[in-house]
Amino acid sequence: MSLGHILRAVWAQPSGSLGVTLVVGHVALALVAPLIVPYDPTAQSAGMILQEPSIFHPFGADRLGRDVLSRAMLGGREAMLIATLSTLAAMVWGTALGLYVALVGGRTDAYAMRIVDALMSIPWVLTVMIFVAALGVGAMALIPVLGFSYGLSVVYIARAAALDFVARDFVQAAQARGERRGTILWREILPSVRDTLAVQGAMQWSWILLGVSSLSFLGLGVAPPASDWGLMIADGRGVMQSAPWAVLWPMAMLSSLIVGVNLAADAFAQALGVDHVPGVAVP
Amino acid sequence: MLRLILGRLGAAWITLLVIAVVVFVGVEVMPGDACTAHLGRDAVREDVLANCRKRMGLNQPPVQRFVSWAGGVVQGDLGVSMKRERPIVDIVLPRLRNTLILAGAAALAGVPLAILLGFLCGLARERAFDVGASTIALVAMTMPEFVVASLLILIFSIWLGWSTGVVTAAYDAPALTLLFATPLPAITLALVYVAHILRMVRSSVIETMGAEFVLMARMKGVPERRIVLRHLLPNAILPSISLIGLTLAWLLSGVVIVESVFNYPGIGRLAVNAVADRDLPLVQAIALLFGLFYVLTTLSSDLVAMALNPRLRTQRG
Repeated sequence: MSLGHILRAVWAQPSGSLGVTLVVGHVALALVAPLIVPYDPTAQSAGMILQEPSIFHPFGADRLGRDVLSRAMLGGREAMLIATLSTLAAMVWGTALGLYVALVGGRTDAYAMRIVDALMSIPWVLTVMIFVAALGVGAMALIPVLGFSYGLSVVYIARAAALDFVARDFVQAAQARGERRGTILWREILPSVRDTLAVQGAMQWSWILLGVSSLSFLGLGVAPPASDWGLMIADGRGVMQSAPWAVLWPMAMLSSLIVGVNLAADAFAQALGVDHVPGVAVP
Repeated sequence: MLRLILGRLGAAWITLLVIAVVVFVGVEVMPGDACTAHLGRDAVREDVLANCRKRMGLNQPPVQRFVSWAGGVVQGDLGVSMKRERPIVDIVLPRLRNTLILAGAAALAGVPLAILLGFLCGLARERAFDVGASTIALVAMTMPEFVVASLLILIFSIWLGWSTGVVTAAYDAPALTLLFATPLPAITLALVYVAHILRMVRSSVIETMGAEFVLMARMKGVPERRIVLRHLLPNAILPSISLIGLTLAWLLSGVVIVESVFNYPGIGRLAVNAVADRDLPLVQAIALLFGLFYVLTTLSSDLVAMALNPRLRTQRG
């Protein structure tokens, strides 16, 4: 099936077109936001503190008098960049290890999966925390840790997907031909599991984005005074009573992006014929 | 049967040992150690650093330190906190109790509700009830805990004024006081996994409805009620039990965030504070406890599944 066919099949579903629209809109906004924001997102103004939404400030102002619209427009950029790079890292190492142990099997497989299982038992928040506690680093330094801890579930999924194929004739034939393992993984198994992994990658991206936002919320991710949705929600929580707009807009932005990714991933899974229960996390 | 259980227990011990090694090595391979993290800028002063390392026993080789650390853990000694300068066990135990109260409330209220809703959704497949509940579940799964928590505070404590937004109870408050403080944190915690379990049970029910023994029962003229309660219910829920255990174990990541948002005096908030204080021995101990909780939860759900499902007992573990 060509890419055009797939896209048309996705677009034909109402949830698919909604999801794709949301994701494309968010990505486009993140790319052009710095050029079109109406105000400086970090400019504080004493006269504007907790001001209600108005024509000049449609989303109101926060507790430091900063324009919420400008901050909400910029708030996804850093988190999305971190999520993209972490997802790439997670998919690459998770797929490589998962496919490898599926092909090799036996003891290597058993030992590797036991270690992966033990690593998965430590909540990812704590893995990140140990890292931050030891190094005291900023948001971009989180990429290897996030890539590592979210890659663990990719190992499971890649392995499970590959196990369906290792016993098939075309893989057996390649082994009988004396192909090297690397070649078999790259030429025979990877193309067979590509669709499953693509859908998984999209889900991973949305989970990591949530993770980064949660970390920023806890004060362990994007550092103030940068604009970030998680940070904005943390910042506005104390004044929710008098200025609910300071938390509701970043919430709406974050949620619409995540829901969009989930709907789009679901529609792609259906179009590709991938067996996928939407939103069921295997973190 | 006994061999199966013993095998499962053995596997749990091995997992725990691997977790302990991973936590220890993870801290070990990073640049710096507990002392440089704790002292921060003061770590440039050689004498202060050397003193601290000597006090913490960091001047010994790693293997020896792991053995003494792990040996202490087995005897219930988790080490000494750097910042608080007290035995970690004394700090952790009361907060662990509080977290168990919160997680217990969330699980006891959430799991039966999730199974019931999932079952009803499966029966009402594709009808209004199913579509509504499944859509809400999907949205609930995509919302991060800190957003749900902030929304609940905004709606229930600020707009409606039904409850207090943050928990004010101290860590050594009586259990009942804490239990009364749990509704909002417990709902936040429960929402995500109720959604997961609901979807799992729903697809399991739909799958079972297509099974031949259900068709057979229908053809024999067994009353629909009896089919649902005796044939469908056990066969649809049993396979979900170990998955429910796994879902509950994931609940712990949520605990860290939910406790911070609601200022709940449990082990999750302690973890955040320990990180802020850069108190590595305490962070290490908490990571190990989370691992222990995960192992115990998955182990007990596997054993419950074995007890209820005769088919699992004959399989070779």
